[in-house]
Amino acid sequence: MVPLSYYLVLGGILFVCGVLGFLIKRNIITIFMSIELMLNGVNLSFVAFAAQWHSLSGQIFVFFVMVVAAAESAVGLAIIIAVYRTRETLNVDQVNLLKL
Amino acid sequence: MTPNPYLWLIPVLPLAGAAINGFFGRQSSKKAITAVALMFCGAAFALALFIALRFSSAAAPYSFPLAHWIRSGTFSVDFDFYLDQLSLVMMLVVTGVGFLIHIYSVGYMWDDDGYYRFMAYLNLFMFFMLTLVLAKNYLMMFIGWEGVGLASYLLIGFWFVKDSAAAAGKKAFIVNRIGDFGFLIALFLMIKNFGTLDFPALFAKIQPLGAETAGAGLLTAIGLLLMVGAAGKSAQLPLYVWLPDAMEGPTPVSALIHAATMVTAGVYMVARSHMIFERAPAAMTVVAIIGTLTALFAATIGVAQTDIKKVLAYSTVSQLGYMFMACGVGAFSAGIFHLMTHAFFKGLLFLAAGSVIHGIGGEQDMRKMGALRRYMPGTFITMGIATLAIAGIPPLAGFWSKDEILAKAFEMSAVYWLIGVITAFITSFYMFRLMYMTFGGDDYRGAPAEDPHAHASHGHGHGNDDAHGHHEPHESPWVMLGPLVILAVLSLFGGFVGYHDHFQHFLDPVFKAGGPELQEAVQEAGAKTREYLLMGISVLVAGLGWFFAWLLYSSKPELPARIAASFGSFYKAVASKYYVDELYAVLFVKPLINGSTEILWHGVDQGVIDATVNNSADAARHVSDEARHMQSGNLRSYAGWVAAGGALVIAYMVWMGVR
Repeated sequence: MVPLSYYLVLGGILFVCGVLGFLIKRNIITIFMSIELMLNGVNLSFVAFAAQWHSLSGQIFVFFVMVVAAAESAVGLAIIIAVYRTRETLNVDQVNLLKL
Repeated sequence: MTPNPYLWLIPVLPLAGAAINGFFGRQSSKKAITAVALMFCGAAFALALFIALRFSSAAAPYSFPLAHWIRSGTFSVDFDFYLDQLSLVMMLVVTGVGFLIHIYSVGYMWDDDGYYRFMAYLNLFMFFMLTLVLAKNYLMMFIGWEGVGLASYLLIGFWFVKDSAAAAGKKAFIVNRIGDFGFLIALFLMIKNFGTLDFPALFAKIQPLGAETAGAGLLTAIGLLLMVGAAGKSAQLPLYVWLPDAMEGPTPVSALIHAATMVTAGVYMVARSHMIFERAPAAMTVVAIIGTLTALFAATIGVAQTDIKKVLAYSTVSQLGYMFMACGVGAFSAGIFHLMTHAFFKGLLFLAAGSVIHGIGGEQDMRKMGALRRYMPGTFITMGIATLAIAGIPPLAGFWSKDEILAKAFEMSAVYWLIGVITAFITSFYMFRLMYMTFGGDDYRGAPAEDPHAHASHGHGHGNDDAHGHHEPHESPWVMLGPLVILAVLSLFGGFVGYHDHFQHFLDPVFKAGGPELQEAVQEAGAKTREYLLMGISVLVAGLGWFFAWLLYSSKPELPARIAASFGSFYKAVASKYYVDELYAVLFVKPLINGSTEILWHGVDQGVIDATVNNSADAARHVSDEARHMQSGNLRSYAGWVAAGGALVIAYMVWMGVR
C-alpha cells in the first residue's frame, strides 16, 4: 500500500506547479490550465484522505469539484474568447483596463 | 397686580407690521407698505393712549402674563408684560415719537429702493423697544435689549453698499456687545443669589437688604455690571464711540433709535433697577461720575464738528450723560423726565436736520449751508424751538428737565452741578452755532444746480438724490413737516408736566417704594431761594452760550477761524474727537486684530487645527501611496499576493502545529 504521504506530496507538487504556472505564465489559456492543475492537486489529496479514512465524503467532494470545474471552464473559455475578440491578444499583461 | 388684557398687543402689533412688510413688502406697492407700517404702529400708539387714559395709579402696576417660558427647578421666567408709571411713560414716548417718525419716514424714504425693508425694520425696532420697556423680568428686557441692538445694526447699515455704513453698523453692534456682556453677568449674579429675574419678586427680596456703605458687595457688583450694559447701549464713556458713527444710517433712524428711544434704554434700565442702585452707593457714584464726565466730554467735541448730524450725535451723548447724572444722584424721576423731553426735542432736532439734508440734496456739512431760513421756514421755526428747548431757555421742555437734574445734582455735590452748568453753556453754544451756520447768514453756501453726483462723497444722505436736480434748497413736504410741528408743540409745552413736581410725584410710586432710608429732603428755609438762584444761573448760562454763538457765527464770522488757530493743537484734538477712536484702535482694535491674525489665525487655527487635519490626511495619503503599489492592476501580482498570503497562513499553522 502506498503511504498517504506520497499522495499528499504529489498533490502538493501539482498544486505548487499550478500556482507557479498561474504566476509566471502570460497566456490566459495556460493560466486557466494552471488553475485546473491546482484543482487536481487538491482533488488528489481529497481522494487520498478518503481512501485512508474509508470515508466517501472526500470522493463526493471531488465530484463536486469536478462538476464545478467543468462549469467554470465552460464560462472561462467563453470569457477567453470574448477577451480575444475585443483585445485581439491573450496576454494578461495587456488586458489591463482597470489598472491605474 | 391688576391684569390688563390688552397690554401684550402693544408690542405685538408692530411685530405683525414688520412681518407683513418684511415677507410681502417686496411685491407690494409703496402705498400698501405705508398703510401697513403706519397702521400697525399707529394702532400700537392708539392702544397705548387708550391704556394710558384708563391708567390709575391706585391700581398700578398692571401685568399681563402671556406664556411660560423657562421652568427649571424653582427658577422660572415667563413672557410677562408689566405696566407701572415708569413703563407707562416709556411706552407713550416710544409709541408716540415712534409713530411720528414713521410718518416722517414715509416722506423721507419714499424714493429709496429699500423702502419696504426700511419700514419693516422700523416696525421691528418698535416691537423690541416696547418689549424692552414693558418687560416684567430682566430676561424679557434683555430680549428687547438685544433686539433693539439688532434693529439698530440693520438700520445703521441700511445703505450697506456704502462701506462706511456697513462698518458703522458693525461697530455699533460690537461695542454694544461689550456692554451686553456686563448686563448678562449681572443677570447671572441675580439668578444665582436671588433665584428670580421678575422685577416685583426680585425687588421684594432686595428691599430688606441694607445699603452697602462699606464699599463693594453683591449689589454693588450687580449695579456696576448693569451700568456697563447701560453705558454700551446709551453711549456713555467709555463705550460712546459707536453713536457718532451710527449717523451713517438714514436720518429718521438717527432720530428714532439714536436720539429718542433706544439710546435711552440704558437710563430706563438703571431707573428700573433703582432698588439695586439705591443700596449700592459706590455704584451710584460711578453712574453719576460717568454721566457727568460724558456730558462734558461729548459736549466739547460737539463744538468743533461740522457735520450737522455729528453735532446732534455728540449732543445726544451729552444729554444722555445728564440723564445718568440724574440717576447717579438718586433723582431717577428727573432722569426719566429729561429722557422724555429729550425724546421730544432731540427727535425734533434730528428730523429737522433730516429735513434740511433732504431739502438741499444730501449735504450734511454745515459749512455748505447757510441762509436756509429763507428756503425752509417751517423747518427753521421748528428746529429753532427745539434748539431753545435743548439750550434750556424757559419755559420750553428742556429747561424744566435739565434744571431739575441740576438742582438735584447740587443737593448731592456742587461739583456735579458745576460741570452740569458748564455743559449747559457748551450745549447752548454748539446748538446756536448749528442754527447760525445752517439757517443764519445771508448767502446759501451750497453749490446749487450742480451735477447730481457731486455729493457722492456724502453718499446718499437720503434716497432721492437723483429725483430732483439740486436747484434751490426747498422746504420738505407736509408729511415730513407735520411730525416736526407736533414735536415742536411737545418741545414747547412738554416741560409743564414737571411743573410743581407733578411728573416726579407721578413716578413716586415706582421710585419711592421702599427706598433704604427715605431721604426726606430737609426743607431748609433757603431751599426755595436756592432753587430759583440755580434756575437763574442755568438760564443765564444758556443765554451766554447763545450770545457767544451769535457773536462768533453771526456777528463776526471771521472770529472762529482765528480762535481755532490760536488754540492750535487743542482745537485739532477736539475737532478730531480727542483721538478716542484712534486711541481705541491702538489699544484694543489693533492688538485684537494682530492677536487674532498672528496667534489665533496663523497660530491656533492654521498651526494646530488645520495642521492636525492636514497632517493626518497627508500621512494617510503617503501610507496609501506606498500601499497603492500592491494594487497594480496586474492580475498575476494579485495572484502572487494571494499565494503569498496563503503561504503565510500555512506557515503560521505549521509553526503552531510544530509548537
